Amino acid sequence: MTGGVGITVAGQVADLFPDLVLTLRPGEWTCLLGPSGVGKSTLLRLIAGLEAHVIFEGTVTADDGAPLPPRIAYMAQNPLLMPWASVLDNVTLGARLRGERPDLARARDLLARVGLADHAAKKPGALSGGQQQRVALVRTLMEDRPVVLLDEPFSALDAKTRAEIQELAMELLAGRTVLLVTHDPAEAARVGQAIHVLTSAGLETVLPPDTPAPRPVDDPQTLQAQGALYAKLRGTA
Amino acid sequence: MKRILHGLAAALVLLILWQTIIWIVQPPNFILPSPTRVMQTLWTSRALIGEHALTTLYEVTLGLLIGTAFGIATAIQLASSAVARALLRPILAFSQAIPVFALAPILTLWLGYGIVSKVVMAVLIIYFPVTSAFFDGLMRTPAGYLDLARTMGASRRAVLWHLRIPAAIPALGSGLKLAAVYAPIGAVIGEWVGASRGLGYLMLLANGRAKTDLMFAAVLVLGVLSMGLYLLVDAGITRALKRREQ
Repeated sequence: MTGGVGITVAGQVADLFPDLVLTLRPGEWTCLLGPSGVGKSTLLRLIAGLEAHVIFEGTVTADDGAPLPPRIAYMAQNPLLMPWASVLDNVTLGARLRGERPDLARARDLLARVGLADHAAKKPGALSGGQQQRVALVRTLMEDRPVVLLDEPFSALDAKTRAEIQELAMELLAGRTVLLVTHDPAEAARVGQAIHVLTSAGLETVLPPDTPAPRPVDDPQTLQAQGALYAKLRGTA
Repeated sequence: MKRILHGLAAALVLLILWQTIIWIVQPPNFILPSPTRVMQTLWTSRALIGEHALTTLYEVTLGLLIGTAFGIATAIQLASSAVARALLRPILAFSQAIPVFALAPILTLWLGYGIVSKVVMAVLIIYFPVTSAFFDGLMRTPAGYLDLARTMGASRRAVLWHLRIPAAIPALGSGLKLAAVYAPIGAVIGEWVGASRGLGYLMLLANGRAKTDLMFAAVLVLGVLSMGLYLLVDAGITRALKRREQ
């Protein structure tokens, strides 16, 4: 893994968002906050090189000029685990899809780090929602890519589990360029090292609290940032 | 268990209805034999019926295996190649417009009175449901899986093998359940058109000689056989699918 790569998205999608520039600084967690349907996921898919079903007039560039898609790992709200495969087979999916030999030792090690050492042989159906998302996190880590795109991966989890996984993800993904798409102001205030709010009016950059992320949930500065983000989302700020 | 009880209750209702008609109308035996007479014949002719039933069962099983294999191969071919889809789909659709009954005489002409023409009939009749169910499954891989595979740099072949085919197994299961229902129909049609063995042949023979009770007994055995086959396949698939995710 390299120390992350900077990314710039510049352009527009007619009827979705006006001309905007989104910059992801290398090795940082950038949060893209916005209400549903505003085009957050579309932006993420454009960076990932996935079919976005829109006409994008613009460019997605890495600051080193090399193509991005092979350097990206992707994690979505749905853990996208294969119900027929064991946890271990799920986290080594990437290697098998590329015809490589899966690094089972690394897979077991990472599963242990997310607290799932004893679940390697189980099928995803036997796991809770939080555990499934941990498996998805390990699968993302197994890809070992400098850029990680997270499309609301924690939004279906309960508050406690969400907070735990946020911390775990920040720890394990440290040093990578991370884009977290979320509709949750609390999440953005907690983990964002850069925060952008996307509304139909365009992209607005918001200064995150100057404490290191992940910030404590009850930190006054974080709560204040969360409130300010809320107001922006509701268009009352 | 509940399903079996319901089935038995339905059978009982039918039997009562049948017997009532016999009592009221009193038809001659060669028109409509009584349930008891059919049961008697079933018992006294058990060796004869059993022998023909075995032949039919053999044809059906072979047809099921071969038809399933062809169906799976075709569905994978269709799913992995746009050219194959463009060429084969109209042919497949057209083949469904021809009643299998219409093909039976020509198959018998080509393949003879033996077992082969019946197996081919069974294969033909199940080929489409298996192909179509599995193909639909292969084309309905959850979009999220495909996105994930794309970011992982997977080849089309690897996606087919590791994601699309496993994800389509439940759909294939539905196809196989249909096939278990259709296969006996195919085999019996083949036997009607020309055979020297099998339940279909026995029915025609019994009918021609006004042995209506024997015909009814043969129909009954065919029904039980088909039902048993379906229940077996259904239970096997349900169990296998459940185990797969445990």
